[in-house]
Amino acid sequence: MTAIVDHLVILPIVVPMLAGVILTLINERHAATKLAINISATLLLLVVSLLLLWKFGTGDGSLTEVYRLGNWPVPVAITLVGDRLSAVMVALVSFLALGCISYAAARWHRGGSHFNTLFQLLLMGLNGAFLTGDLFNLFVFFEVMLAASYGLLLHGSGNARVRAGLHYIAFNLAASSLFLLGVSLVYAVTGTLNMADIAARLPTVPAESRSLLEAGLALLGIAFLGKAAMWPIGFWLPTAYAAASPPAAALFAIMSKVGVYVLLRLSVLLGAYGAEGFGHEWLLYGGMATIVFGTVGFLSSQDLPRMVGFGVLVSSGTLLAMLSYGDPAVTASAVYYLVISTLTIACLFLLSELLERGRAPEADILAVTLEAFGDEQEVEREQEVGITIPATMATLGISFALCAMLLAGMPPLSGFLAKFMMMAAVIGSDTGAGVGASTWVLVALLIVSGFATMLGLLRTGINRFWVPSAGEVPLVRVVEIGPIALFLGLCVALLVLAAPAMAYMENMAEGLYALSAG
Amino acid sequence: MELVISLSIGVLAGSGIWLLLRPRSFQVIIGLSLISYAVNLFIFSTGRLKSDAAPILETGRDIATYADPVPQALVLTAIVIGFAMTALFLVVLLASRGLTGTDHVDGRER
Repeated sequence: MTAIVDHLVILPIVVPMLAGVILTLINERHAATKLAINISATLLLLVVSLLLLWKFGTGDGSLTEVYRLGNWPVPVAITLVGDRLSAVMVALVSFLALGCISYAAARWHRGGSHFNTLFQLLLMGLNGAFLTGDLFNLFVFFEVMLAASYGLLLHGSGNARVRAGLHYIAFNLAASSLFLLGVSLVYAVTGTLNMADIAARLPTVPAESRSLLEAGLALLGIAFLGKAAMWPIGFWLPTAYAAASPPAAALFAIMSKVGVYVLLRLSVLLGAYGAEGFGHEWLLYGGMATIVFGTVGFLSSQDLPRMVGFGVLVSSGTLLAMLSYGDPAVTASAVYYLVISTLTIACLFLLSELLERGRAPEADILAVTLEAFGDEQEVEREQEVGITIPATMATLGISFALCAMLLAGMPPLSGFLAKFMMMAAVIGSDTGAGVGASTWVLVALLIVSGFATMLGLLRTGINRFWVPSAGEVPLVRVVEIGPIALFLGLCVALLVLAAPAMAYMENMAEGLYALSAG
Repeated sequence: MELVISLSIGVLAGSGIWLLLRPRSFQVIIGLSLISYAVNLFIFSTGRLKSDAAPILETGRDIATYADPVPQALVLTAIVIGFAMTALFLVVLLASRGLTGTDHVDGRER
């Protein structure tokens, strides 16, 4: 038993990888078996991630576990590093994955080939990116994640998906090139790829190499900002996410957060660099521009998935602006906001399809997809076994209203708490010379974006729920409404347990910054 | 050697970026390939340029006479990943061509 506990840090990578390999070998005809393997692997991952969360919750916030692959000695070994932040992210991934696979179990897992395999490989890439302590392995896990996401984006096929996929892949391949350039420049200057080692060697970098190092770090930053969809390089996101099938889009909600996560890690690393606030202004103003762009896009979109895509931009922009402060209290509330906004956005992506079902079928991409795959008979059979929830529309309406309140940050739900704590933290972060003008602008933007979000979702809600001729009541199965209840339940749980959750986050943030200072 | 390497990286990257910004999907994929060649050469050169130096250590010889093995390992990984991604992009490109009937990256002629 102790042996397994020692290997806990690598399990979130190994479990989905093995599941993915096994799923590749099974023929597509055994759809039920594949789905069962997928669900069991995801459940196992959830257990592992909860163990991780518990393990890093017992010590103080700076508890870090270094896992050396192959047990090589320290400077040679490729390392995985687990700490509270990565435990939180891995737990978020596994909850999200459980919801998405439950939703996909209704019918999406048969919408094309290799859905289950790609799903598990995406989880492997995500968990790897959160747990790696090595810059080049981060690249490898990034590519695993992206390769799986290309496949998942195209899942279900159809014109819109292929077109969005083409742009998405081209953009990400170009960003990966920048990533590689950045990694190799950092290696050329510091002579190591291990993140902790880089941080240790940064102060000893000679002055003539600093510009080269900063160029490398800037290239890395651009690659991650592209992934986090900062304003001038984030145009691909709403189209791609709106085109993806709902379970895939819901899982993609965490992918833009991977960029934010790596930027947080990098900025903590740079704390040891001495160059105070390297690139922080870029994060602040870029983040604010992203909020503005996301808000305008949110108000101007007509269909719900595209609107939620712009919601991802608003959330990314908020997080990027928060990172620029480099303050433990701000970071703690930002991570809390990250969890809430990811769950809410995933929930809205799932809801958008359920709401679309009751509407005119010609507007539905799903119909085209099913036609292309000749799945009509199966749908009829599902309608017979499917359970129609009484007062479906009421359930959907309540879920939608809760999501809208969470995303906009309306009291009394946890979205409000997250935004409120972020505002309090940024205003409280300037203890000396008073609150800067940029901070006031940021706070104003947060409030305005929340109001615009409410306005946009209110309009959509009125159009969907209060129109008398909305068509027939959509047929919703329990496994489809289940994940929505799960995500909303988690948000409510984070509200009820806000004090312990925030204590966890604050310890985590203090631990992060203490590591870089020490 | 430095001049040749830097010129070839520059020419490859420049042509790649130009092609990447073109409207035909075939031009985009060739552009991405050229960029990845440039990046691979660049990674290779970050281990410092040396000729006649082995990357495998033998005991008892001066470590300064060896080539750095890490960038070589990195470039190998990058080549493999780049190759796989290019193949994947090619499939999507063909699917897009088949579905939309045009090789424009936006799926329709302007």
